[in-house]
Amino acid sequence: MSGSRGMRGLEPWRWLGVPMLQALAATVLFGIPLRAFGLQLPEPVFPMVLAFAWAVIRPSILAPFAILVLGLLLDIFWGGPLGLWALCLLIAYGVAFTGRSMMAGQNRLILWAWYALATAIAMGAGYLFVMLDSRASPGLVPMAWQFLATIVLYPFAQRLIDLFEDADVRFR
Amino acid sequence: MSLRDNPLGELKVPLAWGAAIALIVAVVAASAILLSDRRETFKAEAYGATRRASDTVLAPVGDVLAAPGRWTGAGVDSVRDYFGAASENRELKAELKEMRQWRDVAIALRTENARYRTLLGLKTDPPIPMVAARIVTDSRGPFADTRLANTGREHGVKVGNPVMSENGLVGRVIGVTDGASRVLLLTDIASRTPVMIVRTNARAILTGDGGPNPRLDYLRGHDPIREGDQLLTSGDGGVVPRGLPVGVAVKGLDGRWRVVLASDRAPIDFVRILLFQDFTQLVNTKELAETPTPPPTPGGAAVETAPAKPVQPPTTPASATPKPDVIGAAIAKSIAPTPKPAAASPAKPATAKPDGKPAAPQAKPKPKAPPPAAGATP
Repeated sequence: MSGSRGMRGLEPWRWLGVPMLQALAATVLFGIPLRAFGLQLPEPVFPMVLAFAWAVIRPSILAPFAILVLGLLLDIFWGGPLGLWALCLLIAYGVAFTGRSMMAGQNRLILWAWYALATAIAMGAGYLFVMLDSRASPGLVPMAWQFLATIVLYPFAQRLIDLFEDADVRFR
Repeated sequence: MSLRDNPLGELKVPLAWGAAIALIVAVVAASAILLSDRRETFKAEAYGATRRASDTVLAPVGDVLAAPGRWTGAGVDSVRDYFGAASENRELKAELKEMRQWRDVAIALRTENARYRTLLGLKTDPPIPMVAARIVTDSRGPFADTRLANTGREHGVKVGNPVMSENGLVGRVIGVTDGASRVLLLTDIASRTPVMIVRTNARAILTGDGGPNPRLDYLRGHDPIREGDQLLTSGDGGVVPRGLPVGVAVKGLDGRWRVVLASDRAPIDFVRILLFQDFTQLVNTKELAETPTPPPTPGGAAVETAPAKPVQPPTTPASATPKPDVIGAAIAKSIAPTPKPAAASPAKPATAKPDGKPAAPQAKPKPKAPPPAAGATP
């Protein structure tokens, strides 16, 4: 990020709008029915990256509502219970937001561990909600696969944090 | 002055509180939406206008995005076919030889079945119309397994219609709009499908859990299933027609019976949506729910109290009913219990024993008219 841009306020569309569209585009791309040699594309939760990174970057009133919209769009696209991923992503945001002060100044690996923790708590909550909704337990193996596919996306969250954490002088 | 000591620093605290309040409001909104959602019901309106609108938009987008994948797949198949033509030809010849024998058996069985149906006067299922569709998006997560097909309401697709690939049952339609249908896969956590094991005729409920191999719940009977048993839809409940191939039973690592789905044998790119209407849609449920009280019969009270006169049994079934097919009537007579004298009396409706079994047929007419057996009328 150039110094000149960092000296002025950060517009929401830059750190909320554009990443949101990118996450949605990636979700749609990974939703293509593609299967080769019996294998399918993984299904990571791309918006989890944003839920974590936005909480770390700064407190924001807009971010929770952006996550709500993102989660609802995810539920609509995946055809799951409406509101499920919206709630799970907000829980991940809440976890990251609560631990924000503890994450300050930590290295990448610690942040990665925090990201994995937030993802695990969100997916655990999702497990509980689905169990209550459908009166059946989701399989742990598919959950583990989705968890792994999601936590390997952490470098994208780190990239967002690096780009926007110090982008506004008021939050330094 | 350091940037960290700037006078705007105190903005952080109120902003943090504002963010926390915004988070709580968003959580409450998401919870309310989740609690009010009913995606898996059979009511078309439960799917919601938002989902219908988004599916209408998503279907063409997904179709375009999936096109390169389809072309690549077709190209890979062409190359594989070119190089594997000789070995495949050998395999197909051997398979054809075996299939010819099965064809003869099938023809013989079909003829025999047709004769039995005619003899018994069975009402067979009508042929099910179907429409073809292409899958344009796919979700495979632990909490939602659905696909979007690019055929919708304009072709008569309705909520609840079963969906098949060329290999077996895929799922059922849970939402439909113009140009798109949302298919709930058998693997989805909300999916419940009544199935039967071909070998033992035992019943079970196929329950999705987000994984590739749904499990079999509510298995009944002693030793009802073995490894490798074929499973078909049972048709119980009337939502899915009987006899659609589902898959093969396997013992899961968790010790539970699971199913390797027949539809998983090949990528699901094209599907057939069966425009099947279950009996709850075909019959007039309102009329069925109404149980009209039979009009009072003159002398009915006397039948209740006074010893009934032995009534002559009908000489032939044709006397009581419109003239049926001769062979059908003869068979019906042979399989039906002996008509009892009291069966002709309309004074009392058919009753059953408290254990749910129909009353046993009486050999001799008693002075007081017993309740007619439930199955006495042919």
